[in-house]
Amino acid sequence: MRFDKKVIRRILHYLKPYWFFMLCSLLFAAVSALLALYLPVLTGQAVDIVIGKGRVDMEAIKSVIFKMLCIIGISALGQWIMNACNNHVAYCSVRDIRHSAFERLQKLPLSYMDSHPTGDILSRMIADVDTFADGLLMGFTQFFTGILTIIGTLILMVSIHKWVALVVILLTPLSLFVAAFIAKNTSSFFKQQSVTKGVQTTIIDEMIGNEKLVKAFSHEAEAEELFNKNNAELEKISLKAVFFSSLTNPSTRFVNNLIYALVALAGGIAVIRGHMSVGNLTAFLSYANQYTKPFNEISGVVTELQNAITCAGRVFELIDEEARTPDKEDAAVLEGAKGGLDIKNVSFSYVKDKPLLRDLNLKVTPGQRVAIVGPTGCGKTTLINLLMRFYDVDKGSIAVDGRDIRDYTRHSLRENYGMVLQETWLKPGTIRDNITLGKPDATDEEVIAAAKNSHAHSFIMQLPKQYDTVIGEDGGQLSQGQKQLICISRIMLSLPPMLILDEATSSIDTRTELKIQDAFARMMKGRTSFIVAHRLSTIKEADTILVMKDGNIIEQGDHKSLLSAGGFYSKLYRSQYEI
Amino acid sequence: MKNLWKYFSSYKKECVLGPLFKLLEASFELFIPLLVKQIIDVGIPNGDTSFIIQRVLIMAALTFIGMVCSLTAQFFSAKAATGFSARVKSAVFSHIQTLSHTELDKTGISTLITRLTSDINTLQGGVNMSLRLFLRSPFIVLGAVFMAFTIDVKSALIFVVTVLALSIVVYGIMLITVPMHKKVQGDLDKVTGAARANISGVRVIRAFGLEDKEQEHFSRSNDTLVRMQILAGKISALLNPVTFVLINLGLCVLIHQGAIAVDTGRLSRGDVVALVNYMSQILVELIKLANLIVQLSRALACGSRISSVMDITSSMKDGDKEYKNTAGSAAIEFKGVSFRYADASEDSVKDISFTLPAGATLGVIGGTGSGKSSVINLIPRFYDTTQGSVLIDGTDIKEYSLNSLRSRIAVVPQKSVLFSGSIRENMLWGRKDATDADIEEALKQAQGYDFVMEKEGGLDYMVNKGGNNFSGGQKQRLAIARALVRKPAILILDDSTSALDYATDAALRKAIKEMKDAPTTVIVSQRSASIMHADMILVLDDGHAVGLGRHEELLKDCEVYREIYNSQFGGDDNAL
Repeated sequence: MRFDKKVIRRILHYLKPYWFFMLCSLLFAAVSALLALYLPVLTGQAVDIVIGKGRVDMEAIKSVIFKMLCIIGISALGQWIMNACNNHVAYCSVRDIRHSAFERLQKLPLSYMDSHPTGDILSRMIADVDTFADGLLMGFTQFFTGILTIIGTLILMVSIHKWVALVVILLTPLSLFVAAFIAKNTSSFFKQQSVTKGVQTTIIDEMIGNEKLVKAFSHEAEAEELFNKNNAELEKISLKAVFFSSLTNPSTRFVNNLIYALVALAGGIAVIRGHMSVGNLTAFLSYANQYTKPFNEISGVVTELQNAITCAGRVFELIDEEARTPDKEDAAVLEGAKGGLDIKNVSFSYVKDKPLLRDLNLKVTPGQRVAIVGPTGCGKTTLINLLMRFYDVDKGSIAVDGRDIRDYTRHSLRENYGMVLQETWLKPGTIRDNITLGKPDATDEEVIAAAKNSHAHSFIMQLPKQYDTVIGEDGGQLSQGQKQLICISRIMLSLPPMLILDEATSSIDTRTELKIQDAFARMMKGRTSFIVAHRLSTIKEADTILVMKDGNIIEQGDHKSLLSAGGFYSKLYRSQYEI
Repeated sequence: MKNLWKYFSSYKKECVLGPLFKLLEASFELFIPLLVKQIIDVGIPNGDTSFIIQRVLIMAALTFIGMVCSLTAQFFSAKAATGFSARVKSAVFSHIQTLSHTELDKTGISTLITRLTSDINTLQGGVNMSLRLFLRSPFIVLGAVFMAFTIDVKSALIFVVTVLALSIVVYGIMLITVPMHKKVQGDLDKVTGAARANISGVRVIRAFGLEDKEQEHFSRSNDTLVRMQILAGKISALLNPVTFVLINLGLCVLIHQGAIAVDTGRLSRGDVVALVNYMSQILVELIKLANLIVQLSRALACGSRISSVMDITSSMKDGDKEYKNTAGSAAIEFKGVSFRYADASEDSVKDISFTLPAGATLGVIGGTGSGKSSVINLIPRFYDTTQGSVLIDGTDIKEYSLNSLRSRIAVVPQKSVLFSGSIRENMLWGRKDATDADIEEALKQAQGYDFVMEKEGGLDYMVNKGGNNFSGGQKQRLAIARALVRKPAILILDDSTSALDYATDAALRKAIKEMKDAPTTVIVSQRSASIMHADMILVLDDGHAVGLGRHEELLKDCEVYREIYNSQFGGDDNAL
């Protein structure tokens, strides 16, 4: 059992606002646990009153029953209040943790998102936090009650009869030993089981996930064979793991029943010798029955808590992730940029020791149309990441309208760019919501005009509810090309002073693209624009073409001059006409 | 659900013996209060120590036999549960292999994966639990009530009333909370969705400065979730206190009635103690049972989800003719082919006919959604035509057995997928008995030989899950090589060179052309350059064939083709 103190301190910090509920929870847990423990004593008293025929004091019985009723009522109420408090504390603190995690997510540098798979971040925010809530809830509910029950039982037993109590106290650890022994010896089976299960999940993910490919290669029989082999292995290990772990209950129950029998023996003899009453014996027997339960529960809670703390640690890791450098205090707000850009001696790398951009220089006059071409991995997208300040340069500077972009607020800088990316992203909501992303107060006429410009209007009109059609996560039923058209409509609506088109039309068929080009051309007039494209036809019209390779600009000029220069660009251009 | 029962059939013995031994154990447990009663009624009043020792020894013996029975029961139920779930898993897996693309589309791959993994796990847990406990708890409850009857009928009626009241209350609480828990699950999905959308759209969100709005949106879903959780929690939290109250109320009534009965001499003191003991046994078991019912209902839900997968049958009938092709390439003919996806309102392929001689190259071009992929999916019979027929080497492909047909066709899909394992293992998907020399030859043709050899271990280099240790272009070349290893009679490239630059793309096409026994090749592409040199080009627009012929002819006659071509090459630069 090792708990990370730092993590625990953090958890306590999140619990602090709910201290009142926690206090209530502890208080009511104590009340209900101790009262519940007192019930067997009362039952014992009742048994002592009913001695035999004609020897029952009905008044005394009635008063015992009255006491019992009170205790039952208060204890049950206490239990309920405790549970409700625990729920409140657990769920609310977890909500706060999720909230901070999400808040941090908004401030993390893009490098974090790019280097961590979505699934990993999500599982920290959702699954881990959930496990934490469960653990916390179980811990609160059972840990304290369990300990109180153990202490209370001990005191009551000793107060009834020391020596019989000793029998219970000495023998109970036996059942814990048995449980621990079994757990220790089965853990290796569980480890094996989870390894084999992991293999199975991979097989299922790969084969069923790519079932169409499996069919295309008539690989069905091999896939089945692979799966069945692993499945048979898993069956064998699971049987062992399930069986051996299921030994715990019967074995501990056996030990407990033995203790019960011994209490009956010792107690019976004690009663004969007049050391205790029959009622005491019945009380004792029910304590012996219940005594081990909290022990088992607590050991379960401890594993659960350990698990919860590990999970909490993982969320805190996300929350503690270093935020991007904040905007400067005196940062200027960029409004209606003219579009002059000056990139000076810029170097940048995602990973240290692996330089990507080296000493890059570029001057762009307002309204210029710049196209960037080059093989995959040459740094095209990186350059755009830097322009938008998704990443900060390592060395050198980028200036817009003569001022370093680090001196503007990020928000205002980005507002001046319109960006369409290759990987389109639509937010869950209606088509209209998506188009008006950059201009929430746009009128319907404006929205439709923008959609017509980007040739998205006609397919939108065919959707069940036109502009009010709700699209799910990741665009759902829309094709990649249609999604891209919607992203283009966004820009056509908000019309920012500078444009970035990173493979903006890659999924649109070339005929539609040709039609959009007109609209693009009109839009780009007077706006500084950057265009990244695979299809060389889309960039021929640019004022300047940058040919990038390995993080450097190796050629620069317009289409005609680059072609006649006969360098890398002309080779690239001609290759599309070869067989 | 019914179609899953049969997987128990190999475990009939275990399914009977498991619960049986559990029942035995439970019945031994029911004797304990009777023995305590005897100690109190006979041993203690008579001061008979040896009688007490004797009863305690019987207790110990019963306990021991009980444990042995219980261990046996655990073994049988573990065996039945793990065996059952392994059989079900295996059956579901092979069943999925028999489904055609139509059913896969309809059901959704991710659904199938959840069914096979988490659903079956829950089911296994449920089966194991029910075999072990589900019979035990009701048996102890009923047994305790029965034993109460043997002691005293009048007191036993208190038991009956208590158990009935409890069942109603527990059932009622569950009736309210189960839908609430479902709602909580739905709310949690919304929170997950909000977080996921935020991560995947981070660039757009930041570009438009929408961080605050997103935060607000997330907080809203988060708050809704918590409110529902707390409400559901409050009601669920009633379960334990209410059970506690009811049982103990029963206990009070029992003591009161018992006291009167002892006073009149109808019952002994030991009888009352025994009755009280039975009542507490019921309490313990009922709490277990309530937890069990929740788990069981979940397992049942999962069971029916799995069972629904087994109910899906393939809509495709296998042919019985072996397809044999020795020439190395095959002739393809489409005769008035139309095709509509299940549940679609319109045909995706409309009345297409063409004949492609063996060894020739067909280029397929058209805009997004024009039906290119749908056309080529009909060749390996991934889907059946709605009208008309597809013929390979002069015979309708429906007559061929699917296996023999597909083993002579190689498809390179749009999205190149590699599997975890060595490069060699991936290549062997093409042909099981391919030699290293075959693989290297295919890699060379696919323009992938050089980068593979640069990897540590060459063909032994391990591909990560999803192939994420290769770039997009490398994955595409490996996927192409995998298809070429097969030495197919028909090679289908479904827009599978999009990540290659023009030069590599051209070199690849040249290499395929120059192969010994070059296959009949079908190339789908958005790029004019990739298909302009094909023997025949099929131009698709909205599912119709709007052009069919050679490049020069189409440029002259086909408006759509001309538009596509000009959009990529620009009208004035044709001379280049």
